[in-house]
Order: sequence, then C-alpha cells, then structure tokens
Amino acid sequence: MHRDPAHRRPATPGLNVSVREAVESVFRAESGRIFAALIRISGSFDWSEEAMQEAFAAALASWPEHGIPQNAGAWITTTAHRKLIDYSRRQRTQKEKEDALRHERDVVSVPDDSAIEEIPMYLPDDRLRLIFTCCHPSLSREAQVALTLRTLGGLTTAEIAKAFLAPEATLAQRLVRAKRKIQEARIPYEVPPANRLRERLQPVQAVIYLIFNEGYTAASGNQLVRRDLCAEAIRLGRVLCELLPGEAENLGLLALMLLHDSRRDARMREGRLVTLEEQDRSTWDQGEIAEGLTVVESALHRGPPGPYQLQAAIAALHAQAPTPEETDWGQIAALYERLLASDPSPIVALNHAVSIAMNEGFETGLERIEKLEAELAQYYLYHAARADLLRRMNRWSEAEVAYRRALGLATNRIEQEFLQRRIQEMEIR
Amino acid sequence: MRYLLMIYSQERAGGPPPEDIDGIKSAHCAVMTEASQKGVLLGVEGLKPTSMATSVRMKNGTPIITDGPFAETKEQLAGFYMMECKDLDEAIEWAKRIPTACKGADGCIEIRPIADLPRPV
Repeated sequence: MHRDPAHRRPATPGLNVSVREAVESVFRAESGRIFAALIRISGSFDWSEEAMQEAFAAALASWPEHGIPQNAGAWITTTAHRKLIDYSRRQRTQKEKEDALRHERDVVSVPDDSAIEEIPMYLPDDRLRLIFTCCHPSLSREAQVALTLRTLGGLTTAEIAKAFLAPEATLAQRLVRAKRKIQEARIPYEVPPANRLRERLQPVQAVIYLIFNEGYTAASGNQLVRRDLCAEAIRLGRVLCELLPGEAENLGLLALMLLHDSRRDARMREGRLVTLEEQDRSTWDQGEIAEGLTVVESALHRGPPGPYQLQAAIAALHAQAPTPEETDWGQIAALYERLLASDPSPIVALNHAVSIAMNEGFETGLERIEKLEAELAQYYLYHAARADLLRRMNRWSEAEVAYRRALGLATNRIEQEFLQRRIQEMEIR
Repeated sequence: MRYLLMIYSQERAGGPPPEDIDGIKSAHCAVMTEASQKGVLLGVEGLKPTSMATSVRMKNGTPIITDGPFAETKEQLAGFYMMECKDLDEAIEWAKRIPTACKGADGCIEIRPIADLPRPV
C-alpha cells in the first residue's frame, strides 16, 4: 500500500529515487508521532493534517537539492510547526478583521502564535493522547477506526475506503464528521486519568483488534491491502504496549494478533480457506509465534488474565502443537471456560463446546452445542460447527443438512466456497 | 410555577434554510426580549445538533457511553442539568452520577453541547 504523501502529487520528473524513498520511510515511521505532536500544539486536526502534508511536500522539493537532513523526522516536524505558526498568524489577522462583524458563527478557539511557539515540540504521550481521542466512546466505532487509521496509521482516505470496501466519499464524510465532533463537543486531547484508563482502553483495544480482523478475515478485496491492515494493527498494538507497558491486556492483544498472523500464509491455499486442522504447520511464521509466546507469557505473569490474554493463551496452545492430534484440548477447554466467565456470550460458549467435543468426545460436545441453538440459529458458524462434529461422527446426511444451513447464512464468498466443498464431500459418502 | 418549554424541530444539514434564518432569529429575539422584560425568562439556550450528542446509559451498574442522541421511545424526558464543564469527559463523569432509574427501569442521559447563540441586546 502506498501511503507516501508524494503519491498524491504527480511524480516530479527525474526526482532522485533515494530522496523519494527517504521521504516515504520518514512518513511510514514517524507520521503518527509528528501528527500527534502537531495536534497537541495547534488543537486542530485539519491544520495539523495540512501542515504535515505541506512539510512532506517541502521535503520533496528541498531534499534533492540540499541533501537529506541527518534527522529527517525532526526536519519535517520543524517545517510543519512553522506552517502552523503561519496559519495561526493568518487566521489571527483574518479574525481581527472579522471580529466586528462576527455573530452567530461558532468560532473554533485558535491558540495565538506566541503560545504555539512556546509549546514543546515532542512529548512522549502525544500518540497516546491521539489514540485515546480517536477512540473516544462518544464517536461511533466506524469513526474511531477511520480516524485511527488516518491519523496514527497515515493511511489516505482512499486507502481506508478500499480496505473497508466503502465508497471514498462515505469515508471522507465520516472523517469530517468525527473531526467536527471532536472540536465542537470538545472531546479532550489527553490521556485519561488512572481511574478511567481501563474503561477508555477498551475501545482503543477493540479498534486495533477490529482493524486486525478486517485484514485477517478472508473476505473479498485486495489481499495486499488486507495484509497491510494486519501489519498496521500489529504496529499499533506495539505502540500501545510501548506507551502503557503496565497494562497486561495490551500485551495480550499484541500476542493474540501475532499468533493469528503467524498462520496467515497457511490458512489460504489457492484462494481456498484451509481449516486449522488441515493447515501445513511448516508454513506458520515461527518468528511471530516465538514473539507471541514470549509476549503472552509475560502478560500472564501479571495477575488474573483478561479476555485478550485468554484468547492469546488459546492461540498459543494451537501454535505449540506440532500436529493437530497433539493439541492440548483439555487446557483449551479450561481457558474457554474462564473466558466464558468474563464474557458470557453464546459465541464463546460455542467455542467452549467445540473444545469439549475435541477433548471429551463428540457426543458430549454435540449435546453442548445443540443447547445453544435458540441463541445462535441465525449464526452460520453454529451450523458449521455442528456440521463438523456430525461429519467427524460419520453422520453424513445430517452433516450435509447442517452444512447447507450454514451455507444459507454465510455471507463471505470464501467461506461459502469452503462450505460448498464440504457439502460435496458429504454427498459422495 | 416554573415551566420548561422544549423546542422540537427537524434538523437539517447546515441549519435552517438561509431565507428563514432572519425570521427565526427575530421571532426568538421578540420572545426573549418580552419575556425578559416581564421578568418571566429564567434561561434560554440553543443546542448543537444531535450529531454532537453523546449518550450515557447504565447497564448493570456499568456506564455505557455511545455516540449519538437518546433514542428510546419508551422513555420520556424527565428533567435536565445544565453544567459548565471543561470538556466532554467532565460532562460524562457528571452524567454517570445522575440517577435515571424509575420504577425499576433504567434510563439514559443525553449530553448535548450548548451552542453560543447571539442574544438580544
């Protein structure tokens, strides 16, 4: 995915390739941090966006001639900072002119330029402030996700639209509305105090995990875009751990994403969904597994685990099994039981029932699953899980009926194809 | 007896049609001026649109904060607090403390920023 600001303007003929690469790499590595600092300084998302874009454009114009500065990130920040001061001066002159006439319009507070000049350039908490603001509970989940990707991830509106299969105009409007609400309802730009941190961390973690799942779910859409979403979510997960290292659930979330991501290449073969059991385990990313295991281990040492840590621990047990038969289903069932205690949802109960089936026997598991029918009758995975157990019990025709019900409810093309293949398998039995 | 006169109207993107604005404004001004001269006006404010709203609802003792206005037809407006807060978070903290339960059913607090509108001089 291209997310360099240079990408938005016509390429300058003969522009030095290394300069372009330098600009791109600064953008990827530092745009979130620079943007976060600019918002703190100016109090305005729009100004900060504009200032940052202009600063990157200035780099493309100046670096080929003057060379790439030693500290390229600081160069961009200083340049953007100067732009902010310019805007503020211009706005002030404008405001003085308008003041006599001013009525009714809600004028956004503008810090004066002397204040802007005195504010420190970087504070360690800038990105944390930004992520808490973007994921403020008074914004809709869609707006939280879009703002987080736009500001901290540096994705363009077009890229976000593409990733979420939404029209670009819809995404653009969603961002405009969210920014307006931040300004007009005065959503604070700060890290919540300790007594509210847990409550406010939840939407932040949920947004990051949603971005990951959007990339991970085998929906249609560009594979590269999706892979990039996973990478972005993992990067944001790392930022969260780095900024709030004491929060075990942040580590749990990071570990969970790493362990899922390690199976990314194995779960699709020639465009087809491959179940965990049938995956070629030699293609699992051992680097990510090793890191995920270390992270989850360190999280679990910090007291009673939350839902992300429990899910990460389950993913870790799968990752550690050399073959499907060696999976420690007993421990997985125990972990699902704990997860169920903190999150008593029928979906968790379904997973719990499946792990019991694998551990204690299909008959017991099937009984457990069927108790959930009333709540999950419209959920395709309920029928798919039930069908899978019937298949394992050689009850082919019943399995086929259940697979067909699942197929009727599945919306994702890749999942539909998977269910169709299973139905064909049942038919030839 | 004190009365609360609540204004219900249809929101439009970008506010009322420009040709109507002057009429609406002068009509409000006339009411405000007269009510104030007669000593009956206790307060009057305009609200920012519902897109600026935040709802706080208690669920099993936990506050659930969501985007958007209150939208339950089975609940009715029962009262209001008007507070000067430094930001939305402070307003939310107050909202969490305001009891909304009545006859065993839980209600909701809708937080709406007040617009700075011109006053008759």
